[in-house]
Amino acid sequence: MEITFEHVSHIYQPNTPFAFHALKDLSFHIPSGSYTAIIGHTGSGKSTLIQHLNGLLIPTEGRVKVGDFQLEPGKKNKHMKDLRKHVGVVFQYPEHQLFEETVKKDLMFGPLNFGTAETTIEKRIPEILEAVQLPEEVLDRSPFDLSGGQMRRVAIAGILMMDPNVLVLDEPTAGLDPGGRREMMDMFYNLHKEKEMTTILVTHSMEDAMKYADYVLIMNEGRLYMEGQPEEVLIQKKKLEAVGLDVPEMVEFLSMFEEKFGTKIPFHGQNIKELASDMLRVMKWGKCDE
Amino acid sequence: MRELEQSFIQFDEVSFWYNHDEPWALKELSLTIKKNEFVAVIGHNGSGKSTIAKLMNGLLFPQKGEIFVDGLRLSEETVWDIRKKVGMVFQNPDNQFVGTTVEDDVAFGLENHGIPRKEMIERIEQSLKAVGMLDYRKHEPHRLSGGQKQRVAIAGVLAVAPDLIILDEATAMLDPKGRTEIMKTVQRIRKEKKVSILMITHDLHEVTFADRVIVMNRGQKLIEGTPKEVFQQHETLWEIGLDIPFVAKIAAELKQRGIPLNKQPLNNKELLEELWRLHSNM
Ligand SMILES: Nc1ncnc2c1ncn2[C@@H]1O[C@H](COP(=O)(O)OP(=O)(O)OP(=O)(O)O)[C@@H](O)[C@H]1O
Ligand SMILES: Nc1ncnc2c1ncn2[C@@H]1O[C@H](COP(=O)(O)OP(=O)(O)O)[C@@H](O)[C@H]1O
Ligand SMILES: [Mg+2]
Ligand SMILES: [Mg+2]
Repeated sequence: MEITFEHVSHIYQPNTPFAFHALKDLSFHIPSGSYTAIIGHTGSGKSTLIQHLNGLLIPTEGRVKVGDFQLEPGKKNKHMKDLRKHVGVVFQYPEHQLFEETVKKDLMFGPLNFGTAETTIEKRIPEILEAVQLPEEVLDRSPFDLSGGQMRRVAIAGILMMDPNVLVLDEPTAGLDPGGRREMMDMFYNLHKEKEMTTILVTHSMEDAMKYADYVLIMNEGRLYMEGQPEEVLIQKKKLEAVGLDVPEMVEFLSMFEEKFGTKIPFHGQNIKELASDMLRVMKWGKCDE
Repeated sequence: MRELEQSFIQFDEVSFWYNHDEPWALKELSLTIKKNEFVAVIGHNGSGKSTIAKLMNGLLFPQKGEIFVDGLRLSEETVWDIRKKVGMVFQNPDNQFVGTTVEDDVAFGLENHGIPRKEMIERIEQSLKAVGMLDYRKHEPHRLSGGQKQRVAIAGVLAVAPDLIILDEATAMLDPKGRTEIMKTVQRIRKEKKVSILMITHDLHEVTFADRVIVMNRGQKLIEGTPKEVFQQHETLWEIGLDIPFVAKIAAELKQRGIPLNKQPLNNKELLEELWRLHSNM
């Protein structure tokens, strides 16, 4: 499903002394089946933005289009339930999403609510648990008696159960251990590829944005600050640092290497092994040149 | 006699389970934290890290073994004294907000500890400033963004000035700048107030600032050592689903290619300096 923001502004508690302008005249387009990363410092409006994608928030000004759905100020959308069936959101704090007595009930809640037959749902559970790497034993446990990382996996599983067209991930790997983080990100990527799922990832990890996204939106103080392909946007050290963001570790290392050795190794998406080869070449070449 | 004098925290073969029909969450764990020491705990999800934290300030009691905090043996009688000594910032700060404004929230912790009004105001200001949230003192905590909430929660603990501050993934939701600020704040507070820090984290960069790292695996301590020592064991870490910092990976790769690196670098600068020295002597 394609997504378009047209001059979207969002004001929390409008017409009160606490009014807060969280999004300002935001316009962008996300093609169907793409993978977009949204990056920005804390409070820059990322979570506010994504809550517009499934109608949890309605723009104060402007228009949001998600496939055939339209969200506009003042208009009640009677198809909200339908929209939420298509757009799955994994929220920043997993606990907010969990509420049933057992993990199993929690996983079944969404699909039941949308009228899927119980037997159909039950068949899906093992596959989904495997995708998020939880053992079947957790099914009968209370989701609140799990560790932080386990809860996050349950929250992710709950969204995957719905088989959405658009998958919105708000810092989905915060709280996961490094191995789990890598596997979960690969799992999202495979889903994106296999099912042509439109994927939107809010992240602080420049590495993940570089590795998985084909487009990035950089937010600053409620506005769109930069946009483009990750290889072009995420190497702009000065511009990113100006809004409190870092470049990917590899880019940072290459920049420090150049400072020390006076020779530039260009960033070409290299991995550690390739970087080591690049470095050794520069170090040897420096010697040969003497 | 045990080394109670210098250990602020001591766990002696502590075991804990949440339910009888489930495996141990912690098994025969012994550890110490010295006064003013900065200890990091890493481990896979469910390895027992948060359980350690909850035992340390008496939110949970062990079924086996003993826990000492500042020489006091943890028990129903000592738990209230112990909670004054151990401040904790949880994984999700939402659950710890009680005040209607940010400053009320920080004040609440202080009221609980019987701090006089005048000093309270000072401490609130100082701690909010330390986490960069002074401008938000009149805001409602639940309306802040994720990272902002986390900073307020940290301020709440800083204000009480306990002897040990436990940060349980307290920076997980912050952006890089926010994380750096908090790390700086934590280190400054540690120096100035001589507090001990226990930092539970999945962020390897944060681990590099610790004096000592404890690696947990399935409720047991697997490795313990300085960050440099721990990151040298990258294969063991990988096996249990953990990772090493980016710069440690580069160092490992270069070593494998025969570059005679002697030091385990903790940051880019350290690695580049050693490489430069080697290069100049080539
Ligand atoms: N309230 C609880 N009731 C029952 N079991 C629990 C409870 N809290 C944690 N556990 C279990 O105890 C084990 C250790 O959990 P703990 O929260 O200490 O892990 P952790 O290392 O902090 O993990 P994470 O990195 O995911 O936060 C896990 O198997 C978890 O499911
Ligand atoms: N429910 C709310 N009411 C009022 N202000 C809010 C609310 N939620 C967020 N804000 C404010 O809007 C800004 C953007 O927040 P958010 O979208 O959560 O940022 P991010 O996800 O990028 O960290 C912040 O300054 C925050 O304080
Ligand atoms: Mg957010
Ligand atoms: Mg935990």
